[in-house]
Amino acid sequence: MESLTPNQRAWQRFKRNRPAVISVWFVAALVFIILAWPVCLKVASATGENGAAFAQLHDPERLSDAQFQPPNPQHWFGTDVHGRDLFSRVVYGAQVSLLVGIVGAGVSLVIGVLWGAIAGYAGGRVDSAMMRTVDVLYSLPSIIFVIVLITTLEGTLKNWLAAVASPGFAKLARLLFLFVGLGAVSWLTMARIVRGQVLSLRHQPFVEASRALGAGPMRILARHIIPNVFGVVIVYLTLTVPAIILYESFLSYLGLGIQPPMASWGALIAEGAEQMNPIRIYWWLIVFPGGVLVSTLLALNFLGDGLRDAWDVRSN
Amino acid sequence: MYFLKRAAFSIPLLLMISLLAFVLVRLVPGGPFDRERAPASPEIERQIRAKYHLDEPKWKQYLRFLGDLAHGDLGPSLKYRNHTVNDIIAQALPVSMTLGLLAFGFSMGVGLPLGFITAARRGRWEDYAGSFFALLMVCVPGFVVAPLLVMLFAIKWRLLPVALWASPLHAILPTIALGLFFSGKIARLLREGMLNTMQAEFITTARAKGLSENAVLLKHALRLAVLPVVSYSGPLLADLLTGSFVIENLFQIPGLGAFFVNGSLNSDYTLVVGLVLLYAALLIVLNLLVDLAYVLLDPRVEYE
Repeated sequence: MESLTPNQRAWQRFKRNRPAVISVWFVAALVFIILAWPVCLKVASATGENGAAFAQLHDPERLSDAQFQPPNPQHWFGTDVHGRDLFSRVVYGAQVSLLVGIVGAGVSLVIGVLWGAIAGYAGGRVDSAMMRTVDVLYSLPSIIFVIVLITTLEGTLKNWLAAVASPGFAKLARLLFLFVGLGAVSWLTMARIVRGQVLSLRHQPFVEASRALGAGPMRILARHIIPNVFGVVIVYLTLTVPAIILYESFLSYLGLGIQPPMASWGALIAEGAEQMNPIRIYWWLIVFPGGVLVSTLLALNFLGDGLRDAWDVRSN
Repeated sequence: MYFLKRAAFSIPLLLMISLLAFVLVRLVPGGPFDRERAPASPEIERQIRAKYHLDEPKWKQYLRFLGDLAHGDLGPSLKYRNHTVNDIIAQALPVSMTLGLLAFGFSMGVGLPLGFITAARRGRWEDYAGSFFALLMVCVPGFVVAPLLVMLFAIKWRLLPVALWASPLHAILPTIALGLFFSGKIARLLREGMLNTMQAEFITTARAKGLSENAVLLKHALRLAVLPVVSYSGPLLADLLTGSFVIENLFQIPGLGAFFVNGSLNSDYTLVVGLVLLYAALLIVLNLLVDLAYVLLDPRVEYE
């Protein structure tokens, strides 16, 4: 009987982790709904009168007189202050939130891995200087940094986009900003983790052998060091995505994130919180976006934990 | 000795941070007086800028700032005209600190026992339930918990006040809303720390010597397992003590959080630099305390 490779064994461990596997299905279902719903609406609006009415009712940007309706057969999540269908807004908001989370995590990945790998491999004064910079950046309250970033560069980016592409693209400036900005404030911990890994990899025999054979630092970094930190990096990445989604929600609550009519979960929750009053409780405005947000974060966290428990041999 | 060196290093560190904040906040296009009521005539604009020395070259402004700082004066707020930054901090900081300390106590009081129990009863139902709760707490952001708490306890059941900061009763909901997230984080950190520590050889030795499981866990493992929690508490306290914008905003609590955000949005240079300095100084002091705690808790740790 042939024995399994470490990767296969890790995969088996992962599959035994029920919450993690359920989370994979949940995320897959979520992505499916996010991609299918707009298509559904488009198809419905083209198929006769009933279809068109259905599509219209669920158009996330369509204002109507049906304000503040609790969940009912027409509006599964109810409607908001402007009579917009909340279910649609939550689904469209999911697109935005997930996109921001993934791309932002990607940006922090690239910056963090490069920074940490170079610092860890170079060692000595370069390492010292680079990690001191990380320490100093850590002591800045990130909200100030993000506000400065958004207010400073967004105007320029909008104009550039409008000139280069089209005015329609200019609307995406805020979105692009969030991608880069959120990644830019989240790379610090990734850099620390990667540096730690690289420090311990540096003295491994296979790296020394490579150096003895005459490989230059760039080659060693690219072919040996970075592929070997991938494990830790992937796990940490799946835990960074929910952190970034959370941070984007926080920014949207402040009014700095996604602007209406585009929605994100944070923006929806902020709108819901705004409508709180002692006379009528519009609980669905907070419970539904909040519930979907929490479930997604839970799923991503279970996934990340599961990956870590399966691949990290030590933590048993 | 090591701590004296650290303390000495913190002065240039703070200076560097103040320079960074100084530059950063002036990068934003526009100025502090752009959102005034009516477009002031250029004469008046010039006079206002001269009054706050904003027409001087930047390096001169920075030196002036350092000079004032040596006297403990953080300057006047550019937006809140009748107040100096020192005033604003003196007024709002105690409120934020109270809420912050309460939330810290809450998160420790809930998180530590939860983390301990899930680690001690690993693999059994207490672990699954506890870990799930801890994870749930980490996934529900403050601005989701707070409105839900208010809707239930304040509006529907009328048990607690909705907002403001007038009596000890008013502190309950904000404390819970603020502290819940961190209890989850602390519980997870402690669980991981315990599980890691319990694999160490000295634990096997203690068991072999016949110590009860309780004694092993509480007296020996906990000391080391709590170290990641201690590390995390440094920045956590710094964040909590300087105020959380979301909670303070939702409950209309007159704390420092709003000033961080509004100061940056208003380009209130002096206020932002003052607040960043406050935050950084607090963080440095707390990190020093964390390192001190490390030495006390882990007898193997030595600083040269």
